[in-house]
Amino acid sequence: MTRPMTKTINVPVADGEGDRYTVKMGPQHPATHGVLRVDLELDGETILKCTPHVGYLHRGFDKIAEHRTYAQSLILSDRLDYIAAMANNVGYCVAVEKLLGVSVPLRAKYLRTMVCEMSRIASHLLWLATHALDIGAMTVFLYCFREREVLLELFEELCGARLTFSYPRIGGVRQDVTRHFIDKLQRFINEFPGNLEEYETLIDTNRIWLKRTVGIGVLSGQEALDLGLTGACLRGSGIDYDIRKHRPYDAYDLVDFEVPLGADGDIYARYRCRMEEFTQSNRILQQCIDQLPPGPIIGEDAPDLVMSLQGSRKVEVDSSRYGTGLVRLLEESGEYPAGDIYVSTEVPKGELGFYFISDGSGKPYRMHIRSPSFIHIGALPALVEGDLIADLIANIGTLDVVLGECDR
Amino acid sequence: MESMEVARRLQEQFSEEVLDICDFQGQVGVIVKRDKIVEMLRWLRDSSDLRMDHLMDLCGVDNKNRPEANLQRFEVVYNLYSIPLRHSIRIRAQVPENDPCVDTITTLWTGADWHERECFDLMGISFTGHPDLRRILLPDDWQGHPLRKEYPLKGREEWSGLVELQRKAVELHQFDLGKGILRQPAAEQSHTKGNDKS
Repeated sequence: MTRPMTKTINVPVADGEGDRYTVKMGPQHPATHGVLRVDLELDGETILKCTPHVGYLHRGFDKIAEHRTYAQSLILSDRLDYIAAMANNVGYCVAVEKLLGVSVPLRAKYLRTMVCEMSRIASHLLWLATHALDIGAMTVFLYCFREREVLLELFEELCGARLTFSYPRIGGVRQDVTRHFIDKLQRFINEFPGNLEEYETLIDTNRIWLKRTVGIGVLSGQEALDLGLTGACLRGSGIDYDIRKHRPYDAYDLVDFEVPLGADGDIYARYRCRMEEFTQSNRILQQCIDQLPPGPIIGEDAPDLVMSLQGSRKVEVDSSRYGTGLVRLLEESGEYPAGDIYVSTEVPKGELGFYFISDGSGKPYRMHIRSPSFIHIGALPALVEGDLIADLIANIGTLDVVLGECDR
Repeated sequence: MESMEVARRLQEQFSEEVLDICDFQGQVGVIVKRDKIVEMLRWLRDSSDLRMDHLMDLCGVDNKNRPEANLQRFEVVYNLYSIPLRHSIRIRAQVPENDPCVDTITTLWTGADWHERECFDLMGISFTGHPDLRRILLPDDWQGHPLRKEYPLKGREEWSGLVELQRKAVELHQFDLGKGILRQPAAEQSHTKGNDKS
């Protein structure tokens, strides 16, 4: 069977027996949050069989990375989960740093923790907005985008981009924060709990919201583990697994926060988990600002792009080779260690892992990305089969998937 | 428990199967034969003092140009983690070139389903006993397995679906669809140049 290319059939196809028919939902369906196609076998409104089809956004990052240096592949991580690109950048950098044994200055660690948590809030805001919109709560959508805009403006001020940041670097970050940035972030932190309350008054005890989420898409802790779910989807089922606590990276072992857990494992429990994570992320942001130490923002041994900013580092210009006077790439010499390593970080969607094999050259011999969305979409049939078709939309929303990350 | 200790335990339990243990940047990988991979992983998952209940990652590797000696052409890498006990281990199952297949572990973790399909799709390693082994990221009629080292970065040929689409575009072009909608009459002769409306 080949993929439909010229048209998408959204019309029910009569399939003979009784009310049974097949519906192809997507890949351009708005409620699939990207180019996801779900083939559904229905009996009336009940889903008998659900088959997700992915790969429409496959760009072959694993293969491309084998032909690029470690520093060059950083930009690929932006294009994984473009809702929270900053967290992906940090995940990539943490993995390469561990592989190459590069140390990161403390200030850079705090800055990265800070942008990771801003990213988490921005990502969860988009999740809440679209999830609520799917279920029919339009107002939440508008409120969430209002706050997300503030964060995107902050990101823009920090690195000039609103979507693909590439702000963290292997061994540190690219630029230091300004006083103005900190003040603006502080204002956001102060106002955010009030905004959060605003969302909660809209949906937290809303009768329609409860009807659509409580007791729907239930997974026990064991089932969630078995399906390989991570992030809030796993914690909503009561399993205490947060990589920020289990294998701390950057400054996560220096800040104080709690990992919210759900008990019921339904959509409402996962919703509550993410809502609590807002509060915790806000706490981490406050601590990052309070504890932010002075010092350099990139390690002296960082094998990365060297930017001539603030004169903090010496720049070696070799424009004849790389065409620009701003950057220098480390020579592909044999100073890279050879071996394999798997490092994962807690991104807003779940566990983002990078598996690297280094053969001692300046390029990865193999890079594999374990993306949470890929596994989460794989778990979709287990969640929805036997349920009503309307709950499929709520279930796709609760898994919080991004197809760029799923297809890589 | 330290990862090295887990590896030693595994070696004691499956002394025939374990070929080598390697340590890099604090992470321990165990190179094993592929034959008893399901039993090994089940033992790691179910032993009361190991409890490796979380399959973090599964991927295939092409060892063709790798400097290490004594490796088979392919390997399947399993990264396991124990959430209650907080230790991890990496299992590297060796897969020969002439018979690239491994037993499926979907019987242990349902979530391994898509990992294995991806590995099959991109690396061409098949998984015996897998319930639904189809391509997942690439179209079903794709030729070859891109992550193998001999596969060129740019690919070999256009995907047949794209060729079909292009043929269709050329076909529609001769009817000059969109004339008068997309273009002003003044530019009417320009379509004879051939490449302006594809």
